[in-house]
Amino acid sequence: MTDATAEGPRPARAHHGSLLVKDARTKARNAAETRFRLYGAIAVGIAVVALVGLLSSILYNGASAFRQTFITLNVYLDPDVLDKNGNRNVEEISKVSTFGYAPLIEAAFETAFENPEIGIEGVTASDAEDLISKEAAAQLRRYVLANPGEIGQTVEFEFLANGRIDGYYKGRVTMQSAERDSNVSPEQLQLADQLKAAGLLSTHFNWDFLTLADASENRPEAAGLGVAIIGSLYMMLVVLVLSLPIGVATSIYLEEFAPKNWFTDIIEVNIANLAAVPSIVFGILGLAIFINFAGLPQSAPIVGGLVLTLMTLPTIIIATRASLKAVPPSIRDAALGVGASKMQSVFHHVLPLAMPGILTGTIIGLAQALGETAPLLLIGMVAFVRDFPAAPPEGLFDPAAALPVQVYNWTQRADPAFTERASGAIIVLLVFLLFMNAVAILLRRRFERRW
Amino acid sequence: MSFAKLTVSAVAIAAVSATAAAARDQIQIAGSSTVLPYATIVAEAFGENFDYPTPVVEGGGSGAGRKKLCEGVGENTIDIANSSSRIKQSDIDTCKANGVNDIMEVRIGYDGIVFASDIDGNEFAFTPADWFNALSAEVLKDGELVANPNTNWNQVNADLPDQEILAFIPGTKHGTREVFDEKVIEAGCEASGAAEAFKAAGKEDGCTTLRTDGVSVDIDGDYTETLARLDANKNAIGVFGLSFYENNTDKLRVATMDGITPSTESIASGEYPVSRPLFFYVKNAHLGVIPGLQEYIEFFVSDEIAGKNGPLAEYGLVSDPELAKTQEMVKNQTPMGTLN
Repeated sequence: MTDATAEGPRPARAHHGSLLVKDARTKARNAAETRFRLYGAIAVGIAVVALVGLLSSILYNGASAFRQTFITLNVYLDPDVLDKNGNRNVEEISKVSTFGYAPLIEAAFETAFENPEIGIEGVTASDAEDLISKEAAAQLRRYVLANPGEIGQTVEFEFLANGRIDGYYKGRVTMQSAERDSNVSPEQLQLADQLKAAGLLSTHFNWDFLTLADASENRPEAAGLGVAIIGSLYMMLVVLVLSLPIGVATSIYLEEFAPKNWFTDIIEVNIANLAAVPSIVFGILGLAIFINFAGLPQSAPIVGGLVLTLMTLPTIIIATRASLKAVPPSIRDAALGVGASKMQSVFHHVLPLAMPGILTGTIIGLAQALGETAPLLLIGMVAFVRDFPAAPPEGLFDPAAALPVQVYNWTQRADPAFTERASGAIIVLLVFLLFMNAVAILLRRRFERRW
Repeated sequence: MSFAKLTVSAVAIAAVSATAAAARDQIQIAGSSTVLPYATIVAEAFGENFDYPTPVVEGGGSGAGRKKLCEGVGENTIDIANSSSRIKQSDIDTCKANGVNDIMEVRIGYDGIVFASDIDGNEFAFTPADWFNALSAEVLKDGELVANPNTNWNQVNADLPDQEILAFIPGTKHGTREVFDEKVIEAGCEASGAAEAFKAAGKEDGCTTLRTDGVSVDIDGDYTETLARLDANKNAIGVFGLSFYENNTDKLRVATMDGITPSTESIASGEYPVSRPLFFYVKNAHLGVIPGLQEYIEFFVSDEIAGKNGPLAEYGLVSDPELAKTQEMVKNQTPMGTLN
């Protein structure tokens, strides 16, 4: 056969290179393939452009949320204001509300104005006080209550600067916009520049964004993600503890033990359908069952976790069943052949081999649950929560926020400073998701077996 | 398998014991998104200055808040409903049916509704009649009711600039829309004489039926959405709350209404016509049960918070001239009487 073809008449050489002469059909097929590759490349290109556009807009808007402007002031803790009776009794000192602390900051500016390099005509100490966040009074009060002995001393504090001043150093506020802005004047910005020149004002990395609780609209500069991060962690804890064992047990039973009949078929179809149910439906279910019927508290991570568990279970079950199916039957047969019981063969051989797939599925399910907002809307988690929840297990029943909910809340606020913080919160959420996906990849690499 | 069983039962036990033991120690509030910023400011200050936990404040809308308040008495129902419109008889009936008998009505102050356009755009001086003639489905022309032919503001009123009419108004789920309909559109309907013509023609809702040809756009989201839409359509006019405008004076140019510029002063004096009272409703049965509830309400209406120089006024709330009366009522825990 080979000889025959070798001896056949040679086609005239049209060009160097391949001996193959393309007929019209081959050309058409090759062209179709080239077009298809082009379509693919265009699709990937569009996806990449969209992703880069989205990420860069978020990073551009949100990166500044991690930096904050601070003003350093020496505050005289006036005993006449804070402790009129002079007995340093914490209970009596605590009677002075945060409103009583404002004059101390004003007085601190009066002192600062004694420096000849600081001071703008027309800006009084009271106007200067607006440079400082409203959080400052609370910060002072907390300090005094913790250290009543310091009353009468002059203590150096680093206060958050007001959101508008902070915006000035981030480019959000300009001299032109300040002229039209009812919350800040160009003179106040000039004063801020003087403070900066004197080394009293600086912009640096702000851990508070990650550790502080949410703040009201009067002080966007003090708003942080602390409660939201803890709330999200608690919810993920509940989801993990519940959905992993339930999901894996369900899958093992359905895949390895359950008889194949119409009943298990119906269950399988339902699980597949549940995975496609819109998440808000689980929120309605959660409200009806966990809050109205079971009487669990509103805004609590336990309820959020239970709702998200219901949402994640189908994902985990489907992933686990797929990875159980992928274990070759020869492993089961070998185990059974050497006398292992069915359960031993599953738990000693099949399950360890299916582990990487199960873990990946679980983590992907968790990541999906982490970013979910809709079901939380209905169970009271879209709320303004300032107190940190206690340690688990009690803390699971305390009110908390969640990361995606915090993003949603901040985008609705009037002060433009919250836009930056919402994007910052998205960055934190993305970092969490990236981290979880990286762990999923790592686990898969580590435990993967090949045959 | 046993591990799964153990987990399930552990959670079940935890859930049951928690229901029995969960003495809720923080106040829970829900309702109007207009009142929400004020409530968060007060909640924050309350948490800072008292030994009680910071109240948890949810938005969701006035109607939804009142509905939640009326769900019943008990720790898994809310204590306070914020509302940007007065409670309705239907709400009170629902409350009664669910055993919520005494409700305290607390008026915290007034909110102005302002009309604003892009800062670099034209200046506007409106009257309610202008808005009616610009947005109503049918207007009076030469004594006849005709489908609204106006496309530019100067056709509505020769004094207004020659600019295309495009208005972003709050959607019907907002309490703000009710006030807009009542104080602007209906008032304009009366003023332009169209109200009588509608009556004669037997069209009961003639006044508040707005045109649907894309000139008037309902915004169902928050004011931030209206602002974003204004940014994209420099020719449009948006409806905002006074406090939102005051926080964005560098981006928005406010229009006058009947020649009055909206401000906390002109609203407090009643000169600026488009304003409304803001309320919150307290479930009296929870007073003394939820720790700090009474203190929170008293703190909210105290002079240092809700007064003229307090943080709420600074944010844009028009303080109530009759605040002293409210303080007295709150102190005595007087439940509200029948709606008049």
